[in-house]
Amino acid sequence: MMDLLQILVSDSFWAASLRIATPLIFGVLGALLCEKSGVLNLGIEGIFAAGAMAGWMAVWLGAGLWGGVLVAALAGAFFGLIHAILTVPLGLSQHVSGLGVTLFATSVSYFIYRTALPNVTSPPRIEPFRALDIPLLSDLPFLGPVLFQQTALTWLALIMVALVWYVLNRTALGIAIQAVGDNPDSVDAQGLSVYGLRIGAVVAGSALMALGGAFLTMSAFDAFFFGMVNGRGWICIALVIFASWRPGKALLGALLFGAFDALQVRLQTEVGALVPGQVFLMAPYILSIIALVIAARKADYPRALLTPWFKGQR
Amino acid sequence: MIRIEPRPAPPRLLTLGVPVLAALIALALAALPLAFAGADIATAYGEMFKGVFGSLFAFSEMLTRATPLIFTGLAAALAFRARLWNIGAEGQLYLGAMAAVAIGAGAIDAPAIILIPLIVILGAAAGAAGMAVPALLKTRFGADEVVTTLLLNFVILIFVQMMLEGPLKDPMGLGWPQSSPILDQGMLPTLIDRMRVHAGLILALIAAGIAQFMLARSVWGFRLRAVGENAAAACHAGIRVNRTLIGVALISGALAGLAGVGEVAGLKGYLTADLSPGFGYTGIVVAMLAGLSPVGVVIAALFIASVFVGADSMSRAMGVSSYLADLVVSMSLLCVLIGGFFARYRLVRAAKAPA
Repeated sequence: MMDLLQILVSDSFWAASLRIATPLIFGVLGALLCEKSGVLNLGIEGIFAAGAMAGWMAVWLGAGLWGGVLVAALAGAFFGLIHAILTVPLGLSQHVSGLGVTLFATSVSYFIYRTALPNVTSPPRIEPFRALDIPLLSDLPFLGPVLFQQTALTWLALIMVALVWYVLNRTALGIAIQAVGDNPDSVDAQGLSVYGLRIGAVVAGSALMALGGAFLTMSAFDAFFFGMVNGRGWICIALVIFASWRPGKALLGALLFGAFDALQVRLQTEVGALVPGQVFLMAPYILSIIALVIAARKADYPRALLTPWFKGQR
Repeated sequence: MIRIEPRPAPPRLLTLGVPVLAALIALALAALPLAFAGADIATAYGEMFKGVFGSLFAFSEMLTRATPLIFTGLAAALAFRARLWNIGAEGQLYLGAMAAVAIGAGAIDAPAIILIPLIVILGAAAGAAGMAVPALLKTRFGADEVVTTLLLNFVILIFVQMMLEGPLKDPMGLGWPQSSPILDQGMLPTLIDRMRVHAGLILALIAAGIAQFMLARSVWGFRLRAVGENAAAACHAGIRVNRTLIGVALISGALAGLAGVGEVAGLKGYLTADLSPGFGYTGIVVAMLAGLSPVGVVIAALFIASVFVGADSMSRAMGVSSYLADLVVSMSLLCVLIGGFFARYRLVRAAKAPA
């Protein structure tokens, strides 16, 4: 019990929580933006893989770290555009199209990686983002290690939370995006383009998702592995429901999740001899399912989620 | 000004032609990644063709690969017909495989006539149990089954790894995380001498036949389709929607479980954590290519299996990454989706409506 308390007050635990939460923050925000406009984007798992691969490869080819981030975002936007075209103007099943985009984005990424690096035994490494070193702030007790020794991408994720919140709640564009996810007819009646808003939201959301993938290869690790996304995208889809489509709660959900994951790694070293390690590996997925079940009953879905809308057809 | 207008009744030729066209377009699009990889395109297609139809062995390999895909394709097709999004066939496959080795690898020493049916039934039951959980979470708590089935895939795979390092581990396995082999009399017989294609294929074809009949001709099939087309109306007409959903969930899970049974008791003989290269997910592509028709599933599974086996063989001959197959499979899903749109809707040029 004392051990648990010691873990919970240690700065390294909270620093790890925020680090683990970072790709999820990007992913949840991206999924939230898509769903707010009325489009479920199950392409997320593949878009994570595409962002991870594209960002890593751009850096490996010499584009620089921020160049890699940009390339990852563009790759995400590209696959998001495919999903948007299939589900918005064509109005096809968002479930199936999303899964199709996941399969497509994953296999494109794997194929390109394999073709560029046919016979490498160990994956080549890049120089990833370093921990920030801000004079004074990084040296603060507790807050220094937790907040100010993270990498720049973690800060980008936190800024994105504020930005997405601001855009959705304080700008005309955001109000329109929310309206198009609730009642597209009313948006159309105001002379705004339902298609344009939805496609834009899906493309932007997918770019955000890809940044989550980029964090994996450019900050958490320094190389690309097959299967490295490992369900993170699906966890984000569950977290959006848990967060009832609010950016602030999305951040909270991702942080709770990160904290739990960081805790299980530490508990594993404590009681690892008693319980098989796989029990801890399963925990994040089971936790997501539980969170989903709890949130499902009172989930306040965007009312037009999953419902295609065709112009001139009421 | 272009308007989208639903076709009064989708022409039969289009409903049948669209998947074929989509598959062919996806196959043709493979030329792009082939060119990217710097391969000679004509030779590559030739190698792929040879890899499937070049010999009896190649053809048998294709049928072997199609067997689990027919099962997972049926699992997806039936569930999707009822608008139950079972994306968990991958996990249910592993549950079926795990049940097969748990019962067949020495736990019971019975003659084939008892052991094989036992393995098949328990494998199906394990798969069904795996889908019962998300189905109940959906009907009782309204938890979206897409997310729960997807997440359960990961839980089940980790559980398999745990079992393979624990109770199911082969003591003779030299430390590898694999199960003990299924007893000889528990193995499904092979169909052709010295080939790998096994009786699981016959089971899969029978399952497709039954599914086709039940879906088209039985009250159960009618209820399932009614729930899928309009759950509210079905409920109004006195169909117990939740019961129907749980019923189809169990059958869908059982079919996916049978895919796992076939892979261990028909092919590999023992269970490892890399038993399935994504058969569960590929089953969704199979089901969509099939237009969610059980007979169509058989044809689509043969096509997808040909792509995999052909691309594998081409990859070995020419050094192009075998991820090409996954690429073609995912492109055929996107193509059939787009094609399905044009089968159901048409674009009409319309005068701009007066404001």
